[in-house]
Amino acid sequence: MHIPDGFLSADVAAATGVVAVAAVGYGLHRANRTLDERQVPLLGVTAAFVFAAQMLNFPVAGGTSGHFLGAALATILLGPWLACLVIAVVLVVQAFMFADGGVTALGANIVCMGVVGALGSGLMLRAGRAVLPPRRTPFLGLCGMTAWLAVVAGAAVASVLLAISGTVPLATVLPAMLGVHVFIGIGEAAITVAAVAAVLAVRPDLVAAAEHLEDEPVSAPAAGEALP
Amino acid sequence: MSTSVKVFTVLALAVAVGLATAVSPFASSSPDGLGRVAHDKAFVDRSELHAVQEDAPAPDYAFPGIHDARVATGVAGFAGTLVVFALGFGMAALLRRREGPAAAR
Repeated sequence: MHIPDGFLSADVAAATGVVAVAAVGYGLHRANRTLDERQVPLLGVTAAFVFAAQMLNFPVAGGTSGHFLGAALATILLGPWLACLVIAVVLVVQAFMFADGGVTALGANIVCMGVVGALGSGLMLRAGRAVLPPRRTPFLGLCGMTAWLAVVAGAAVASVLLAISGTVPLATVLPAMLGVHVFIGIGEAAITVAAVAAVLAVRPDLVAAAEHLEDEPVSAPAAGEALP
Repeated sequence: MSTSVKVFTVLALAVAVGLATAVSPFASSSPDGLGRVAHDKAFVDRSELHAVQEDAPAPDYAFPGIHDARVATGVAGFAGTLVVFALGFGMAALLRRREGPAAAR
């Protein structure tokens, strides 16, 4: 489930709504400036994949399931601001078409599953790029760690929002949320790494966060050689 | 030989639609992370449906008018994936188009 209406106080819903509108608005502004031709279908298909993968709940432990969130994957493919747009599109469709996630809580869901994960992932990827060798395997490891962290960070922020709302004390909800999401994050990491590896295999140029990677000996010729 | 963006898009969309249609009916139906915590910590009952969600086309990922629960989920997944793709693609295309002529002017 996403955060439904009723879990958050009006103040928290409004404040997260403002943050979500600001992040999505800036994402739209960035898209207007920087979106290149290849990214138009990529944005659509990333949103479609995130939506589909979010439906695939996998068992975690003790009668609990987890599902993919997608902020890290979207950030790896498109950068953090377009990733906020991708997650917002998914959450809007889920709220209005499938009654999954609240309407007044939409901003909070965009913040927890989109903005926190996307901006956090952006920072992680930038830091990783600075210290890791520019090769595929360490990059995929970085993608996995980033995905795990995005889920855990989102769960922590959701816990804080629930606590500020007076729904449940932080000391109660935070350990419970983290306790589940450290495992859900492993699933997130596995799906993210698999998806990024698949895109790298066919169209490495579509992975925004992999621009710095050196060509592997077995990979396709560089774009400059292949194109007339 | 590199896969064209069009071919890539069609293939990746096919994977997404396939997962949402054929695999989602068999996904775990246990409560997810937040659902589990809300239940265990006894705040799940605060959940309410917004008035506009009373008329949601496919509440709880069940496509209306289909009695078989698995088929209803699969059809909802199929429809939802295409709607999300259309929205994402359409939004991105509009943003780019708006930039194009403005820059040319």
